[in-house]
Amino acid sequence: MKNIKYLLLRRVTQIGLLVLYFGANAYGWNVLAGTFGSSLILGTIPLADPYTTLQVLATGFVLGADVLLGALIVTFFYFVVGGRAFCSWVCPINMVTDLANWLRRKLHLDKEEVNYRFLKRNARYWIMGLGLVVSAVVGIAAFEVLSPITIMQRGIIFGFGMGFAVLVAIFLFDLFGVKNGWCGHLCPLGATYSLIGKASLIRVDHNHEACTNCMACKVVCPENHVLHMVNKESIMVTNGECTNCGRCIDVCNDDALNFSIRNYFKEK
Amino acid sequence: MMANSDNNRRKFMATTLQSVGLTALGGLLWSGYSHEVKASPLVLRPPGAIKEDDFLSACIKCGLCAEACQNRETNIDKETGKAREGTLIMAKGGDAKLIGTPYFIPTQVPCFMCEDIPCVPVCPSGALDFASLANEKQALDINKARMGLAVVHKESCIAFWGIQCDACYRACPLLDEAITLEYTQNERTGKHAYLLPVVHDNICTGCGLCEQACVTEKPAIFVLPREVSMGRAGDHYVKGWDKKDQERVKDAKSQETTTEISKESAADYLNSGGEY
Repeated sequence: MKNIKYLLLRRVTQIGLLVLYFGANAYGWNVLAGTFGSSLILGTIPLADPYTTLQVLATGFVLGADVLLGALIVTFFYFVVGGRAFCSWVCPINMVTDLANWLRRKLHLDKEEVNYRFLKRNARYWIMGLGLVVSAVVGIAAFEVLSPITIMQRGIIFGFGMGFAVLVAIFLFDLFGVKNGWCGHLCPLGATYSLIGKASLIRVDHNHEACTNCMACKVVCPENHVLHMVNKESIMVTNGECTNCGRCIDVCNDDALNFSIRNYFKEK
Repeated sequence: MMANSDNNRRKFMATTLQSVGLTALGGLLWSGYSHEVKASPLVLRPPGAIKEDDFLSACIKCGLCAEACQNRETNIDKETGKAREGTLIMAKGGDAKLIGTPYFIPTQVPCFMCEDIPCVPVCPSGALDFASLANEKQALDINKARMGLAVVHKESCIAFWGIQCDACYRACPLLDEAITLEYTQNERTGKHAYLLPVVHDNICTGCGLCEQACVTEKPAIFVLPREVSMGRAGDHYVKGWDKKDQERVKDAKSQETTTEISKESAADYLNSGGEY
């Protein structure tokens, strides 16, 4: 039980949020309505996806105040709890890619992450920028026409249609193609949250003295370059690409990793 | 040392060039795909939707309109206490509409033109424009909605055959305003009347209740987006007897077409007596 604590908490959060969204449509619940694009908490507090908001603004359309305020609230929230906490605690695609990644390990499809010449982890930042350019050129929010995140969420709330194929495609890509392919290399929303989370407060802290160098954390970590300090020095994981999923904390048997609040003064 | 830094620079240049090139490739594919998926002219949007082109960029695909439509009080089945299927559908993959945007299909569930229009005030992005539905008292008026325009295909409309049918006329929420019946004589029988449905584009909201009510196998009256079902007379034609219509062409500019033979004056073949 000890080594799946955060995993369980994350699944409960992810599924719980989807249940609330589903109930808003199916039963008229008023707790959390809408989709990630834009939502409404208790019928009053607006939320909006910051990257979608940027795409719509890039098309030249002047968005309503509710969306702008919602995007600010969400940005601020993830600035505090760790940018990519969205990716591991909220995004439903995380369940698909985690499953692919787990199966990949079980099937021994690869031991090491292959360094693809054409697909580096920073591709997502190019895609993020490109999405804004394409939005401006074509006049529609470009990532939203193929975003598996909202396709999956809308699928659960309103019905999938052919959209299900996108999920299968991502699953196959991550399982047989590139390890951590979608979330770790391509997703521009993850890239946005990486940037938002660059300075965020809640961080994983590493204690070098307790570490026995078993490397269990690096095996499960979907962005394991952020754990470069393991068994080297006692510092926090400050890379914005860390998703704050807490899997490393779960699997660590030496209590060498824990969540902590970032101390800006100590860093300098 | 020199050679090493030169090598590094070359490698950096090559990688940068590659990234830029691949980004350009991705951009072209992405733009092409996005451009194709937004081209679906036969789509009916919720009331108050702004011009389709703007709507496609504005809609943030949150689904709040569809949820409000589904869960409105008037949609609760009195017998089961559950919500019926709502009018608004969120476009799924395979619907051939821009994915995630709301639309409706009148033959499945038409728009019932709720007086409080629950779908519009919840729109956070401005894709559904409250102001376009507000009357002088700043209250919502569903009759101002222009979701589409009904058109009659007279060859398949049985009223045009002389059979008595006024299903669309009766179904219309703006009874005897958006659709009126025109009475003409049936000369084939000599003793019956045709009751012909005529749609008026200045009143029809495009709700689609007529299309749903139509009795023919495939509806002979159907709603199309207004840009699709409406023609345009243009500046060349004006109702000289109508002050308002003259206002319309106030800013019209004349256009002169020049071709090869334009420099020759028109032949005066009636008076010049030439041979042709």
